[in-house]
Amino acid sequence: MGERQAVKVAILGTGNIGTDLMYKLLRNPGHMELAMFAGIDPQSEGIARAKKLGIPTSYEGIEAILDDPEIRVVFDATSAKAHVRHAKMLREADKIAIDLTPAARGPYVVPPVNLGAHLDKDNVNLITCGGQATIPLVFAVSRVVPVRYAEIVSTVASKSAGPGTRQNIDEFTFTTAHGLEAIGGAEQGKAIIILNPAEPPIIMRNTVYVVPANEEFDQAAIVASVDQMVAEVQQYVPGYRLKDAPVFDRRRTPWGERTIIAMLLEVEGAGDFLPPYSGNLDIMTAAAWRVGELFAQHLLGIRQEVAA
Amino acid sequence: MKTLTPPRVTDTTLRDGSHAMRHQFTREQVRAIVAALDEAGVPVIEVTHGDGLAGSSIQYGFSTTSELELIEEAAKTAKRAKIAALLLPGIGTRRELSAAIERGIKVVRIATQCTEADISEQHFGMAKEMGLETVGFLMMAHMRPPEFLAEQAALMESYGADCVYIVDSAGAMLPDDVRRRVAALKERLSIQVGFHAHNNLGLAIGNTLAAIEEGADQVDGCLRGLGAGAGNAPTELIAAVLDKLGINPGLDVFKLMDAAEYIVAPIMPYQPIPDRDAITIGYAGVYSTFLLHARHIAAEFGLDPREILVELGRRQAVAGQEDWILDVALDILRRKRAAEGAGDAREPATAERSAD
Repeated sequence: MGERQAVKVAILGTGNIGTDLMYKLLRNPGHMELAMFAGIDPQSEGIARAKKLGIPTSYEGIEAILDDPEIRVVFDATSAKAHVRHAKMLREADKIAIDLTPAARGPYVVPPVNLGAHLDKDNVNLITCGGQATIPLVFAVSRVVPVRYAEIVSTVASKSAGPGTRQNIDEFTFTTAHGLEAIGGAEQGKAIIILNPAEPPIIMRNTVYVVPANEEFDQAAIVASVDQMVAEVQQYVPGYRLKDAPVFDRRRTPWGERTIIAMLLEVEGAGDFLPPYSGNLDIMTAAAWRVGELFAQHLLGIRQEVAA
Repeated sequence: MKTLTPPRVTDTTLRDGSHAMRHQFTREQVRAIVAALDEAGVPVIEVTHGDGLAGSSIQYGFSTTSELELIEEAAKTAKRAKIAALLLPGIGTRRELSAAIERGIKVVRIATQCTEADISEQHFGMAKEMGLETVGFLMMAHMRPPEFLAEQAALMESYGADCVYIVDSAGAMLPDDVRRRVAALKERLSIQVGFHAHNNLGLAIGNTLAAIEEGADQVDGCLRGLGAGAGNAPTELIAAVLDKLGINPGLDVFKLMDAAEYIVAPIMPYQPIPDRDAITIGYAGVYSTFLLHARHIAAEFGLDPREILVELGRRQAVAGQEDWILDVALDILRRKRAAEGAGDAREPATAERSAD
């Protein structure tokens, strides 16, 4: 292979998410070179795997990353609390932070919806797994007809919900609902999360309900917009698929009896490190990869076509 | 025969009954029902959307009157009874809990799928901080064995629960299932234990009695059994049975009968009974609130609600997964069309692929 242009990137956080992202970057580096895999737990499985793969590692937290001026982009897969501290240090070290925690120090990004508008920022946040999965579909409707209300139900396998999610389940609902409004374009958003303990574990499922602001909308135009959006997300999450065409159903709502749109979405993970049923984790690492790649291209001055 | 002690009875007509009422209780109805329950000596009255705080949604059905207004009305009306609210983490949050406290609740019942108690820690924490009485609800408890449930209940105890309920959300338990589960919690916990029945297999009163015989400290009822699925154990019937057993906790049996007869019966859209679809829910072990949603979707697609409910049971659907009803209906429809040779317009490649 010829000389590849690449930006040095680092992963902070050696848990499940960080490790899955490491495998994604190795499988498909794009314009990125993984220069450091850092955490605080020398015993972590992720560190052991990274060492075996020949990736530079550190268990002294963010220090090793700050010490290397060539590292331009840092994926933070630690915790919201830790990221608040990391955000400041990374900014001072002139590095771009891609935040996979709920800390939200930078603007929310959903790659096919609004990333193009934030490539000049030094910190962007990936909202939640439910947000990454459902906001593109709400946006696909709101670009055709104004959306009065969007409601999503994310159902994930119990085994794929870690202690962070479990102890902060309220934050999932607040953050996702806010994302449906701020990025999805809904006047009002609502999010519900359900953990399902079935064995074998279920693949991540999302139901997206949308109430358009008026009854005069073109159903075919909505279906076409949704199909196009699904294809865009599939570029970086191959297991992202609608189970059926959008369903138009009459329901009682606070705005009278209305035609609502129901979309049934399944997200199957790529199985890079985490099991395929945990599409909720995969869509976060896949979105992080996508965001990292677009930042890398931007830093290298490569022309790109992304949504503005 | 063991010495039985009088259990505390919580009436949840205005919460579980919200499902059967399609979440359309009015202020006037709440005022009348709370006044009658209070007068009859019921110590705790639960008032919330059927799916708990913030349950008003497309997924579960919108409330016509906000639950906070209904809670406020209940708190104003009750002279002795405490008003309770239900909260399902994942649906409701501490924000709604805080708002409900401002409107006058004194008890919060925090419900999780019986395998997921550890999502309730922040809510128990806040409730105790705010001085509330707290009850944990392990929903769909027929899906796991007694020892497993005791572990989950112990987590809720560690978070600050004052009582943990075995909740037979599917009305799928037989009396022995109830006994073993209540006994496991009594053995493991140092706090109170409760039981919440549904009547899908016609066993709500019998199961409630089995729970009391195992030492359950709290049980639930609804006037006229007004609740999800085939409804709950009727509060007036619990009162009559407890009275005959000699362990009436201070309930006025005749006043409760009158409340059921003259206040609740006239406003009920239908009398919940173990009919064909409700029996299927108990039999298949699915969430009782799926009843009306499954009927709606089945009618729309020309399906038998039973085939949808049985498939939901097979998929191990849990509390709150109403959206899977549409999903299952579409899958059944696709299967039927394929069997008829019509194929599926959305996936035209299916037949060719399988021929590879």
